[in-house]
Amino acid sequence: MNSAYEKYFRQDRLPHIWCPGCGNGIVLSAFARAMEELNIDQDKTVVVSGIGCSSRATTYVDFNTLHTTHGRALAFATGVKLANPELNVFVFMGDGDSSAIGGNHLIHASRRNIDITAIIIDNNIYGMTGGQYSPLTPTGKKATTAPYGMVERNFDLCELVKGAGATFVARGTVYHAKQLTDLIVAGAKNKGFSVIEAVSQCPISYGRRNKMKNALEMINWQKEHAVNVKAAQKMNPEQLKDKFLIGELYRAEAPEYTAEYDKLIERVQKGGK
Amino acid sequence: MNKKVMQGNEACAHGALAAGVRFFGGYPITPSTEVAEVMAKELPKVGGKFIQMEDEIASMAAVIGASLTGKKVLTATSGPGFSLKQENLGYACLTEVPCVVVNVQRGGPSTGLPTSPAQSDVMQAKWGTHGDHPIIVISPSTVKECYTLTVRAVNLAEKYMTPVVFLMDEVIGHLREPIDFDEVKDLEVVDRKKPDVSPEEYVSYAAGEDGIPVLAPFGTGYRYHVTGLTHDEQGFSTMAPPVVARMNQRLMDKIDNNLDDIITFESENLEDADVVLVAYGSSARSAKEAMRWLNAADQNVGLFRPITIWPFPEKEIRKIAGNVKAIVVPEMNMGQLKLEIERAAAGLTKVIGVNKVDGEPITPEEIINAVKGVL
Amino acid sequence: MKKYQVKVNEKRCKACGICIGLCPKEVFGEDYLGKAVVKDDGKCTGCKICELHCPDYCVEVGETA
Ligand SMILES: Cc1ncc(C[n+]2csc(CCOP(=O)(O)OP(=O)(O)O)c2C)c(N)n1
Ligand code: SF4
Ligand code: SF4
Ligand code: SF4
Repeated sequence: MNSAYEKYFRQDRLPHIWCPGCGNGIVLSAFARAMEELNIDQDKTVVVSGIGCSSRATTYVDFNTLHTTHGRALAFATGVKLANPELNVFVFMGDGDSSAIGGNHLIHASRRNIDITAIIIDNNIYGMTGGQYSPLTPTGKKATTAPYGMVERNFDLCELVKGAGATFVARGTVYHAKQLTDLIVAGAKNKGFSVIEAVSQCPISYGRRNKMKNALEMINWQKEHAVNVKAAQKMNPEQLKDKFLIGELYRAEAPEYTAEYDKLIERVQKGGK
Repeated sequence: MNKKVMQGNEACAHGALAAGVRFFGGYPITPSTEVAEVMAKELPKVGGKFIQMEDEIASMAAVIGASLTGKKVLTATSGPGFSLKQENLGYACLTEVPCVVVNVQRGGPSTGLPTSPAQSDVMQAKWGTHGDHPIIVISPSTVKECYTLTVRAVNLAEKYMTPVVFLMDEVIGHLREPIDFDEVKDLEVVDRKKPDVSPEEYVSYAAGEDGIPVLAPFGTGYRYHVTGLTHDEQGFSTMAPPVVARMNQRLMDKIDNNLDDIITFESENLEDADVVLVAYGSSARSAKEAMRWLNAADQNVGLFRPITIWPFPEKEIRKIAGNVKAIVVPEMNMGQLKLEIERAAAGLTKVIGVNKVDGEPITPEEIINAVKGVL
Repeated sequence: MKKYQVKVNEKRCKACGICIGLCPKEVFGEDYLGKAVVKDDGKCTGCKICELHCPDYCVEVGETA
């Protein structure tokens, strides 16, 4: 493939374990191209993930990689970044990983505005365990544990992290793969906590159960239902019904946690209180 | 002389700093909170980092992440928090990331008795996380030991690339005693090994003859993968039975092959003893007192105090068991280490427990009564 | 007009059909296993949609002279 692929993938680990048509592989190549664009120093970069299909991403990319426990990737990443702020830290999580079992860590990483870029692969389902509902399964959709349709309401993850204090919030899709790369680049450049929700497809555990027969159909669904934030400004609520926004959704300025801690060290060492 | 009176918890924190700990992640819980408070104050002074995480799961995760950057790390908690740490404690065992977990034991189960002492996490410290795994557990009996043994705990973690549980109890944590800092100023400090090969030749989990892997700090040019999945020498997950067996065996062997280095204990009057008291932590203080009174009354009573609880000093206990009428085990639980002592004694002698779970420490009188029953 | 060469690494192809369906110029067909095969890269415009969306990194679009 391209040079980003050659440079940032562990060639000896491929092919990956993901199912045919799984969006994880597409998000990961968008990530690799972002790394190329940033011309990132692989030795100074740590990529952390939780548990789930999406979290297997860390196996395949050539950085310092840390595949942790279910939901806890951000807590591990917080330790890495605070202990050595010189390291660039990226985190891959699934929708269940980040918003159910890891929801607490997600809001606190946002609140601290720690300089970490989190890429949440949102396939609306628990893929790895075979298709149980997640907090991002849309109400009414089917899952093995929602055989009659999802009864609960689902999160808007971007609104959640925005409310909790993240300073860069974006949503992309696998279909808009080029834009996804741009969003990851912009998130990485933000000195603070950045979240990129990558809307993806799990044809095996979600699509088939919800009347989308293959990956192509799911990607085309993304194409038809995603609206760029800029375009959305000119659209009326009727036109936006059933649509979701993509692009850079929110940006803010706020003190970054590890830099603030370094200032504290300086103050204390000078004898301040 | 350079004496200072301090609490066990404070001494533990100062010991950690002396051992080179430069990262603390924690969550407040009685009766361990003073450890965090001292670290919050002292770490920035030496350029270290303190963070109060959102819970104990996160604090365990944060210290593991920090340790992978090459820092020496510590976290401190008590009962409920120790339960929450278990999953990631197991992660540190399998991924061989050095860290020290302080558990200042309080009464349980559940929220239990937040301000009362107990020794009821002895088995949890060994088996709290799922799966067969090695662990080192150390238990101090004095405030001075809270200092010196924390240094040792950090050293063992770094040397054996493993979590070490520092198992205190509320009595020791809140006890105030003097430490003479002149006596503890030259303690040995051990740093984990650094790779002595180039990044191209480096194999993260290949472990040399000693069975201990060398994990390069993240950011130093050695790129490798760390996973809580069972992994091969390269650090990548595997299900190949021979590789899985080899990794699991090595994990146990790196501790089991070094028992003489890891296990420490204190013993007194074992030679002619008819009865030996086996006690640890604050109960060992009462046991020592009981022994003195009994010795003064011409009774041949000895004391064996395991400082390293896990791995268990099995060999030593078996030797004692062959020479005495009974072993008496006072502990603030319903008989946890007693089980292990019975196993080691293998029927060679009677093992009698002095057990107390009412939130009060065991008194010397209670131990004396138990001993009189067998003499 | 520039010309492109499109290659599929058939060993890696998992027959998901994404490149086949997304290519605006119908450059791909499928073999009996559903794997992508290049039918006619003469029509290729070099947009790289296929390359960007292959989950298994097996499509390569290169410029020829
Ligand atoms: C503590 C714990 N609970 C449950 C599991 C089982 N488990 C593994 S992956 C997973 C869900 C993954 O879903 P998601 O985060 O959405 O990622 P995906 O697989 O869809 O990429 C669960 C519940 C686990 N590994 N650990
Ligand atoms: S189960 Fe779904 S998310 Fe997991 S690899 Fe298969 S397609 Fe991808
Ligand atoms: S580059 Fe574009 S036109 Fe050419 S094969 Fe790929 S998708 Fe089709
Ligand atoms: S997108 Fe890739 S894996 Fe899917 S059919 Fe095309 S070449 Fe094969």
